[in-house]
Amino acid sequence: MRLAGIILVSALLTADAIGAEIPPAERRSGTSFMTPDTKAMQDDDTANPGMLWVLDGEKLWARKIGAADKACTDCHNDARTSMKGIAAHYPAFDKTLGRPVDLQGRINLCRVNQQRATPLAYESRELLALTAFVAQQSRGVAIETGSDPQLAPFIANGRELFMQRQGQLNLGCTNCHDDNWDKRLAGSAITQAHPTGYPLYRLEWQSLGSLQRRLRACMSGIRAQAYDFGAPELVELELYLMSRAKGVPLEAPAIRP
Amino acid sequence: MSGPILAGVLLALPGFAAADELRRYAVVGDAIPEPLTARGDATRGRALVVERTSTCILCHNGPFPEQKFQGDLAPNLAGSGSRWSEGQLRLRLVDASSLNDATIMPSYYRVDHLMRVGPAWRGKPILSAEQIEDIVAYLVTLRE
Ligand code: HEC
Ligand code: HEC
Ligand code: HEC
Repeated sequence: MRLAGIILVSALLTADAIGAEIPPAERRSGTSFMTPDTKAMQDDDTANPGMLWVLDGEKLWARKIGAADKACTDCHNDARTSMKGIAAHYPAFDKTLGRPVDLQGRINLCRVNQQRATPLAYESRELLALTAFVAQQSRGVAIETGSDPQLAPFIANGRELFMQRQGQLNLGCTNCHDDNWDKRLAGSAITQAHPTGYPLYRLEWQSLGSLQRRLRACMSGIRAQAYDFGAPELVELELYLMSRAKGVPLEAPAIRP
Repeated sequence: MSGPILAGVLLALPGFAAADELRRYAVVGDAIPEPLTARGDATRGRALVVERTSTCILCHNGPFPEQKFQGDLAPNLAGSGSRWSEGQLRLRLVDASSLNDATIMPSYYRVDHLMRVGPAWRGKPILSAEQIEDIVAYLVTLRE
């Protein structure tokens, strides 16, 4: 009993020492840190380049492919109804795999298991397009990821990765995104790192990119070895970030500088 | 497989010391009184401080009017030379975590106790001994 007490107290102390998490009422999307011009571009579908991928995704949704010769729409019908709110629950626990999968992973599972086609490569135009099209159906829906109790150990892993210092610069995600989100790193607003808009169009990339691409960029920024696309650690980080952003509305495809 | 790649990276980054080449230094109180190598050059030091790959002005701002993008995560470097001695500035650059283990300022001349360092940077300090001395030489000139 006493030992358990001591462990609990020391766990609380460490949690305290590694920076405070952002309380729900103070959670802000990265959009709120952008200039009015970039915000206006995001809000106007005719100016938002991410919408080009959404339109491609809509076409792919209706295209029959694979040995099953089926389109997404053959099983899921109108995405506007069947996919509404889905992205707000991802990454979600997959019972067959026994681990969380993110939205792109989920789409690839349908490609392989339902359409009997080959999985799409990470950051391929087609996978980004389908993911953007599905995610766009959840615009304005508050993030709900993480309520499934089976996810708890994976969220805990993601949190640990977020807190841990790494790379040649020896920084943890928390040092910037919990402790210094109101500051600037050279010219860039640091922000709270809520993944509200993915896949999103980054002006620096001149392209749409996934959340995994963004996380890999932050890891290379601190000169750490980035996890490979699809690595369980990246999905765990995505999962922790989404559960940490609970309640913030989705806005895919967003724009970021 | 990693052998030739690593060699390539080392060739591409002359001036970066390998792990086993770190110079020994003596900490006295909160300072390293003796230079790590020959005395540095303040002009080169200023150029290094504002150079993006040195990383200083990602966090700091300072008397660099020509630099459009400077950080505000850390104190303004103006006046560093009035607030700190040369030896204190040297230890701060070599291993800021030895002064404050919660600091976010990286240790520029340390290769141990780091996790998941990317292959291009593994086993190398962020700055060489010569670069540290150039920056120290510059910082001591920042008087208020
Ligand atoms: C042959 C029928 C079929 C096809 C074709 C199909 N799916 Fe699915 N999809 C399913 C079924 C069944 C599920 C339920 C989850 C499961 O597989 O266990 C599902 C689940 C999903 C989910 C998760 C929904 C949730 O509630 O979490 C998404 C997203 C999805 N599919 C997207 C797609 C996309 C995009 C395509 C086309 C690339 C596609 N699916 C093609 C049958 C299909
Ligand atoms: C040194 C500070 C720093 C560290 C450490 C850092 N980041 Fe970032 N991060 C940034 C900055 C700055 C941006 C914004 C970049 C931009 O928009 O140009 C950013 C952007 C992000 C975003 C995008 C948010 C959005 O609105 O789209 C996410 C997510 C993110 N970081 C997650 C992480 C994770 C996970 C880690 C740890 C592996 C991490 N970051 C480490 C500085 C940091
Ligand atoms: C990741 C952010 C970060 C980077 C990069 C960084 N510093 Fe710092 N630095 C800090 C912080 C924060 C402090 C405040 C004291 C502390 O936390 O240790 C500081 C303190 C200092 C001080 C003492 C300031 C004073 O007068 O109290 C000097 C001098 C300094 N840094 C120089 C540098 C130089 C030179 C570089 C580049 C080689 C650099 N720093 C890179 C964050 C950083």
